[in-house]
Amino acid sequence: MYGIGIVKGLGVTLWHFVETYIDDLRWLGRRYYNDEALAVRQGPEGRGVFTVQYPEEKLPIPEEFRFLPFLVYEQDEDGTAHDRCTSCGICAKVCPPQCIWIVRSDDPDTGRPVPEPAEFYIDTDICMNCGLCAEFCPFDAIKMDHDFELSSYDRFEGHIYNKAKLSRPVDYYASIRPTNYTREEINRAEKEFKKSRRGR
Amino acid sequence: MTEQSDQTLDSVEERFPEVVNRDEREGYAGYVVAPDSLLSFAKTLRDELGYDYLSCVTGVDYLPNGKMEVVYHAYRTSGGPALVFKVQVPRQNPVVDSLVEIYPGADFQEREAWDLFGIQFRGHPNLRRILMWDGFEGHPMRKDYQEAYFVDESKPFGNRWPEGKVYRSEDRTEYFKNVKYPEEALDSLTAEGDNKLYASMGRDASANGGRQDGGLHTERMIVNLGPQHPSTHGVFRMVATLEGETIVDLEPVMGYLHRNHEKIGERNTYIMNMPFTDRLDYVTSMSNNFGYALAVEKLMGITPPERADYIRVLMAELTRVVSHMWAIGFLLNDLGAFFTPALYAIKEREIILDIFEATAGSRMMCNYFRFGGVARDLPDGVPDTLRDLVFERLPRRVDELDRYLTDNEIVRSRCIGVGVLTPERAVDLSAAGPILRASGIPYDVRRADPYSLYERFDFNVAVRHNGDVYDRYLIRLDEIRESMRILRQVLDQMPADGEIQAGKPVYQVRVPAGEAYGRVEGPKGELGFYVVSNGSPNPWRYHVRPPSFINLTSLGEMCKGQKIADAVAVLGSIDIVLGEVDR
Repeated sequence: MYGIGIVKGLGVTLWHFVETYIDDLRWLGRRYYNDEALAVRQGPEGRGVFTVQYPEEKLPIPEEFRFLPFLVYEQDEDGTAHDRCTSCGICAKVCPPQCIWIVRSDDPDTGRPVPEPAEFYIDTDICMNCGLCAEFCPFDAIKMDHDFELSSYDRFEGHIYNKAKLSRPVDYYASIRPTNYTREEINRAEKEFKKSRRGR
Repeated sequence: MTEQSDQTLDSVEERFPEVVNRDEREGYAGYVVAPDSLLSFAKTLRDELGYDYLSCVTGVDYLPNGKMEVVYHAYRTSGGPALVFKVQVPRQNPVVDSLVEIYPGADFQEREAWDLFGIQFRGHPNLRRILMWDGFEGHPMRKDYQEAYFVDESKPFGNRWPEGKVYRSEDRTEYFKNVKYPEEALDSLTAEGDNKLYASMGRDASANGGRQDGGLHTERMIVNLGPQHPSTHGVFRMVATLEGETIVDLEPVMGYLHRNHEKIGERNTYIMNMPFTDRLDYVTSMSNNFGYALAVEKLMGITPPERADYIRVLMAELTRVVSHMWAIGFLLNDLGAFFTPALYAIKEREIILDIFEATAGSRMMCNYFRFGGVARDLPDGVPDTLRDLVFERLPRRVDELDRYLTDNEIVRSRCIGVGVLTPERAVDLSAAGPILRASGIPYDVRRADPYSLYERFDFNVAVRHNGDVYDRYLIRLDEIRESMRILRQVLDQMPADGEIQAGKPVYQVRVPAGEAYGRVEGPKGELGFYVVSNGSPNPWRYHVRPPSFINLTSLGEMCKGQKIADAVAVLGSIDIVLGEVDR
């Protein structure tokens, strides 16, 4: 009979409509604003609408998520910061849109280059968040951030980040990418160990 | 570097002594055809040797040799590797015979080569610019052309390190200064180009609709759908000549999103192009990565380790599911079922994108493939999610989509018999992917010229025989089901551990001189990357064979004789993404 297909299709729509309410009952009214429910709702077990109530609810950010690079620095016990960056320039050379500008620093006495950047700029308007800089940095000095909420009232001036704005302590890095951080630390420790053995 | 079957080799050389020579350059393959005998060579190729499908036409500017080369890739739709042939003409006044008569699918590609390289195609019926605008001066893909904000011939730019004087490009140039076009350009901005286009579309052919019987007086008129039209999937324009509501002629106009991806690609180093390929067809970034990685790997002569290959196939097939879901949803949008079906489809896509995000770091701009492997391994938890998805959820959801739409009488009456493309014309017009297969040609690169691990998997090449919008919808459902079959096999066979990258990852790969054409069966059709290396860190030529762009060649033909409202449905069934069409 003509129209059966439409009725069947509307049945699917109706089921989609009802499903959310059933799911709501299943969570006893705690379907929203609840991290546990959010994880299930958005996964392969999820039923009903997929809408996330942003900004009250936010999707969990996976570790590998990448949004704008930052520079990692380490702190001594007395609080002085040391850049991991040696201004070798690999990130600037691999950057596809060429948004990284680096000025090497020279020792004022000898005039020879010092392994720390004098200036480091990233034009965030141009950065395409590809993550190649972080991937190929041999010193684990530049990493991709998780902070994606960057809207501002300013259209141009503040969008070129300087070294101060880019720098983050190594603890921050460890907190957003724990697996990567642990792996890198183990690698580093192994290398140090080998070096010390060779030295002996 | 494509291998050729020996039989063809012999017969081609015997048949055309002296005018057809093997390409002897190091790292190159195929034949160099004398410009005079191109037409007869192409005819023989199509009619006698069975190379009925001209897939890719592009130009290469060999500036140091003073030569302009046109490269053709032809296939048999029965399968097998490509036959590559080239024509070389002097750079000053490059004129090549047009192959549109023999292979109508060359139409847009020859126009593109004219537009970007300034190669004239003698006998082309419609040799206008296609991506750049009318009145643009110069041909941007020529090696001596310098774009606005030009810094260096190639990246990395010298001014970034070690003395990085930071600036914004926009500040550096006064408006208008660094953009080259003739001074009187603003005055000369006329409707001339459009008028020429309109004149070619038969508006004046019959002022009374050809009616002599005194019936209703009709007049042909031109209707522009787009460039900003809700049903054109982006900034895209269809110019239609109408007689009443019937389409007499229809011409797609594109290039509004053109950014000269290929020029950027030639400035870039090899690895830099990877994230740029994401931005071609931004719904299917993993497939784009795949095609480019294959092309460069062919040049480098490396193969990825097994686990990396499995991950690649996994990602490519997930991408196909995503893209087809998207295509079905938005086809229904175009038919007027505003967003309910689209959102049901996108919902499933969402879970897959979460997997991409967890693995590659980004939902759409994945940038996940590397030469000789993939960027990183699957994180913990992803294989389990994938299992749930592929074995449990997706099959049910596809069945639901099927139940929801396939028997719907409105969908059927809007789609069945609309926008028919016959098998012969589909091949002639170089249609690819679901469009070709919905027209009854079971051509799938995964089967016809297997790459990566596709020989290991058991799957059917989906094919439908009516070639209308409805079949193009059905074939996408079929292909999602086949993709899931492949995915299940991948998940069962994938080694649990292993290398994911051949060799050490390096930021500047060494690519020996030569040419390579890597092609994959992308969700929208054959996605090819033609890369020429001269041994330097940057590709000398980087060309994309964009399936949605070439599929548009058949749009006009599919729409002729249909009602104007159906043009939107036909366009939806082709499933274009403007990021790839315009590049």
